[in-house]
Amino acid sequence: MSGRWTWFNITSVIFGMGFLYLPIVILIVFSFNESRLVTVWAGFSTKWYGALFRNEALLDAAWVTLRVALLSASVATVLGTLAALALTRYTRFPGRTLFTGMVFAPLVMPDVIIGLSLLLLFVAIGFDRGFLTITLAHITFSMCFVAVVVQSRLVSFDESLEEAAQDLGCTPFHAFYKVTLPVILPAVISGWMLAFTLSLDDLVIASFNSGPGATTLPMKIYSQVRLGVTPEINAVCTILIGIVATGVLIASIVGRRRDIQRKLDEQQAAQEG
Amino acid sequence: MSNMFRRLTIFIPYIWLLVLFLLPFLIVFRISVSILEYGSPPYVPQFEFESWAGFIDKLGMLNLDNYRFLASDALYRNAYISSVIIAFFSTMFTLAIGFPLAYGMARASTSLRPILLMLVILPFWTSFLIRVYAWIGILKPEGLLNQLLLWLGVISEPLTILNTNAAVYIGIVYSYLPFMVLPIYSTLEKLDYSLIEAAQDLGCTPLGAFWKVTIRLALPGILAGCLLVFIPAVGEFVIPDLLGGSQTLMIGKVLWTEFFNNGDWTISSALAMVLLIVLVVPIVLFQNAQAKATEAGK
Repeated sequence: MSGRWTWFNITSVIFGMGFLYLPIVILIVFSFNESRLVTVWAGFSTKWYGALFRNEALLDAAWVTLRVALLSASVATVLGTLAALALTRYTRFPGRTLFTGMVFAPLVMPDVIIGLSLLLLFVAIGFDRGFLTITLAHITFSMCFVAVVVQSRLVSFDESLEEAAQDLGCTPFHAFYKVTLPVILPAVISGWMLAFTLSLDDLVIASFNSGPGATTLPMKIYSQVRLGVTPEINAVCTILIGIVATGVLIASIVGRRRDIQRKLDEQQAAQEG
Repeated sequence: MSNMFRRLTIFIPYIWLLVLFLLPFLIVFRISVSILEYGSPPYVPQFEFESWAGFIDKLGMLNLDNYRFLASDALYRNAYISSVIIAFFSTMFTLAIGFPLAYGMARASTSLRPILLMLVILPFWTSFLIRVYAWIGILKPEGLLNQLLLWLGVISEPLTILNTNAAVYIGIVYSYLPFMVLPIYSTLEKLDYSLIEAAQDLGCTPLGAFWKVTIRLALPGILAGCLLVFIPAVGEFVIPDLLGGSQTLMIGKVLWTEFFNNGDWTISSALAMVLLIVLVVPIVLFQNAQAKATEAGK
């Protein structure tokens, strides 16, 4: 699609982007506010960041969250990639419809249902709630997001390349590792990042499945937000936004570079051929 | 060997999802037909699976009291109805803002598009909780929106927006906007502009061409976007809890309260089962749309 970029188009893009970004910008600005009141500007200060690093409970929660996110994203990436392979390559196996349903349903299933149902499972099998149950719960719902991301890349992959590698003597696993994986790697990486941020972000599922000693950062933020808006929470949020934004920017720059490099390689190959 | 690889590829995620996704639902169902009791765990199962012969007999003995209670109590009924209504209108508002945005993005120059796309995706990566929290400071009685409106002279008294349904609408539209924009944008981006020109050459007015060509062809994206907003919005907890007021009835919040504040596992389970039934139609629609998109991608 193209055509003229009318004033209407420009206005709707500016309005839409303003709507998306203004609240975040305001939140960041007020994290540097001198005053305890979040809505009255009283001068620039970084004291809330200082207060943050002396807040043991908050740091503990951040550490729990980080470990859960790293572990769950990694396992979810492996499982999600396998699920994507199963969905794209094997059009016929017993129970495929059920499998497809189970992969897509968690994408839209309300958090309260996933959280509650997993908790009841853990209680039924007598599993102590805590770090491990949160991690298992996060793996389960984020693997489906990974599967969808990886699948979108796999559908455009030419499977005969992998078959060729097998004909040339590779084992199936080896052929996958050497041929398919490098091609789908960008999707696998963005799947990992998506799983990581989903886990970092989750309040509801973690609340249902957490136990004593396993309070995640969103749970901590939530309980403080209920008591009122404070610049300290704004500071935590600003740091989190900063980390995520940096990660996404780096990933997109690296991705773009790879694309450009690939195009150059293709051109070169075409010229040599 | 090849078969071994294939089997593992299917088997591992399959088993994982069976145990951690499907089985939990069966347990929720089982508890929803159990009797509440104070203890640990706080329910008495009425439904043990022993054999298929016994299974049929026991179906008649299911304790449906929890469901009867849900149906008889106006609170729960209203919570379901109001969740669906709030989710429906928020979806329409999101579409009203999201479509022009996606349309504007699709018509931008090819060099600008990736940047705009990135800008829409970025908030999706930042924490949901943080984005909802950001609105509290804006919508409060002494918040920035009221300060701005007072300063402009539009109002003379601060408006009460926070802790009302209006704030819930704003929160849902804001949080789910990227979900609406992305599918619409991806269908509009692929749309061949010469089709619109052809329609106009054949005598369509620009508005007629927009309606007959652009909207028609963007329909799958619009449908996908609406489902992606509507389904999670029905069961939303964080937004009604933080932005809504005491009169905001949403089922996600009711379920949370029953579970965490009242410790009533059986009613929570029954609430979850009914919520699932309410959402089955849109979820199946979504799944079909996904499956079609996958087929089309091949």
